[in-house]
Amino acid sequence: MAETTTGEIKFSDASLKKVAEIIARYPEGKQKSALLPILHLAQREFDGWLSAPVMDYVASLLNIKPIEAYEVATFYSMYNLKPVGKCLIEFCQTGPCLLRGVEELIDYTEQKLGISLNDNTADGKFTIKAVECLGSCGSAPMAQIGKFYYENLTKEKIDKIIDLFGKPDFNPDIKYDI
Amino acid sequence: MAGKLLLEHINVPGIRTFDVYRAKGGYRAVDKAFKTMAPDEIMEEVKKSGLRGRGGAGFPTGMKWSFLDRSKPEKPRYLVCNADESEPGTFKDRYLMEFIPHVLIEGLIVSSFALGSNNTYIYIRGEYKWIIDILETAIGEAKAKGYLGKNILGTGFDCEIHVQTGAGAYICGEETALLESLEGKRGNPRIKPPFPAFFGLYGCPTVVNNVETLAAVVPIINMGGDEYAKIGVGKSTGTKLISACGHINKPGVYEIDLGLPVDEFLNSDEYCGGIRTGHRFKAIIPGGSSVPIIPGDLFLKTLEGNGRLMTYESLSEGGFVSGTMMGSGGFIVMDETTCIVRNLWSLARFYHHESCGQCSPCREGTGWLEKILHRLEHGHGHMHDIDLLVEIAKKIEGNTICPLGDAAAWPVASAIRHFREEFEYHAKYPNKVAGRFAHVSDYKKELNAIAL
Repeated sequence: MAETTTGEIKFSDASLKKVAEIIARYPEGKQKSALLPILHLAQREFDGWLSAPVMDYVASLLNIKPIEAYEVATFYSMYNLKPVGKCLIEFCQTGPCLLRGVEELIDYTEQKLGISLNDNTADGKFTIKAVECLGSCGSAPMAQIGKFYYENLTKEKIDKIIDLFGKPDFNPDIKYDI
Repeated sequence: MAGKLLLEHINVPGIRTFDVYRAKGGYRAVDKAFKTMAPDEIMEEVKKSGLRGRGGAGFPTGMKWSFLDRSKPEKPRYLVCNADESEPGTFKDRYLMEFIPHVLIEGLIVSSFALGSNNTYIYIRGEYKWIIDILETAIGEAKAKGYLGKNILGTGFDCEIHVQTGAGAYICGEETALLESLEGKRGNPRIKPPFPAFFGLYGCPTVVNNVETLAAVVPIINMGGDEYAKIGVGKSTGTKLISACGHINKPGVYEIDLGLPVDEFLNSDEYCGGIRTGHRFKAIIPGGSSVPIIPGDLFLKTLEGNGRLMTYESLSEGGFVSGTMMGSGGFIVMDETTCIVRNLWSLARFYHHESCGQCSPCREGTGWLEKILHRLEHGHGHMHDIDLLVEIAKKIEGNTICPLGDAAAWPVASAIRHFREEFEYHAKYPNKVAGRFAHVSDYKKELNAIAL
């Protein structure tokens, strides 16, 4: 991997406490079960993606081999293996969203941001992706942004999202009223 | 008519909280089960109810529970709730967990008691991030009230419920892949046998049930299995959550009594509210993307001309030739503007993306399906591609460890069976179908015989 995370790789005290809590959910010796939740935690804490050193760090916390973390991180689509923008827009592109016109919205967003799917804007603010069914078929078309779903999307709503979520105080853990 | 059993109070303000849920009669099933019933009696009620797995397979829940290996007391037994809902068109479990989480928690407590599971896991898809918080809050409340933790209601039974997050893999909805994932590995399905009832989580006896199935245990205990079995028709008992989407006036999640006529479900204002205004009914995938697609007329009436009902049996009447399946209840409706080829290509892309890669027929075959459908849809296809698609689908079906292969093959076989003219049109007139948004308007007039 060309890119890497900068700075020291160590969870905050709060996250380390969370790690201990998660490991305690499983029987003794089965701490590997904590791998998926802790990779999520790591992705959140270390700039939204998992570099090799971050995965090594997670593996060391669970006393497993680094390869065990890599094989999981590469299998599941929610783990980002390269840097992403602060606002990651993940459009659902599967059947029901397709019926409700998601392709036009993706085109529109690509043009508006001047990037293609899977690219980051030069200022590091946005990344757009197309993902498979997010379980929001009744409110299609939709996208996941950070922790929440934004549903029944229209071009007007995309305008608002780009306007609002490009600001420095954007927080992916807050549900915004669009 | 029984009316709603799971979603009766969904619109009550504050129903997400323990106190409001309790005030509306919640946790009665736990009280009843823990104070008056033995674990085997709970299982008997579930058997009597005729409840069938609500995740898609429709396997009798009581029977699944009875298979659980109870012969090795030294080994812990596990109950795992499958909340990995990822089948395109399906969003019913999300609705239940998001708005009335305690009905799931209550069902889990009763079921854990019945099965002897002291550590129960809810495996939820990672994208439902905010619902994880909702579930953890509900679990915390139940624990604070003595319904979880040590010595629940003085019975000596201990139980903890943990929420485990997935990370974006459809395959983890398959029960053995889910268990692999819960053990911190890639979601590769296991070869069965041994079944999870004998060798499940950490090699221990395990039951995996869908969210809605476990929630349904609550009304079954409250009303008794026999009463529950009176709702519905034949072997389709009780109520079912249907998530309706696509080209209808009122998309959403509806709880229906099994046995409701499909015409009423689709067209009445109480449910879907009909095909979106100004359009005609073309086709439907009524049970999540994996079940066969059928034309609207065959959906409303069987080949013999009988009106269909929303039951496992009625929807599959006619077999693969003219029927479909109940599946997960993901009800995807398409009007005459829909290009069947493009829609199928989208689903083929989905299955290709979600194949775990373990079995060659699925790993390679789903890729071929996607590629061929892509070229047909984009004006580079040939007439012989259509039979090639059928051929590949046949070679995947039945030749894989898990049912993902079948799930990828069935939509292809059924789409070509019922809408072959559209595929031929794509091969014959490449110039008309090429171009991203040319897919709908250009040819629908010439194909109006297909739409209802």
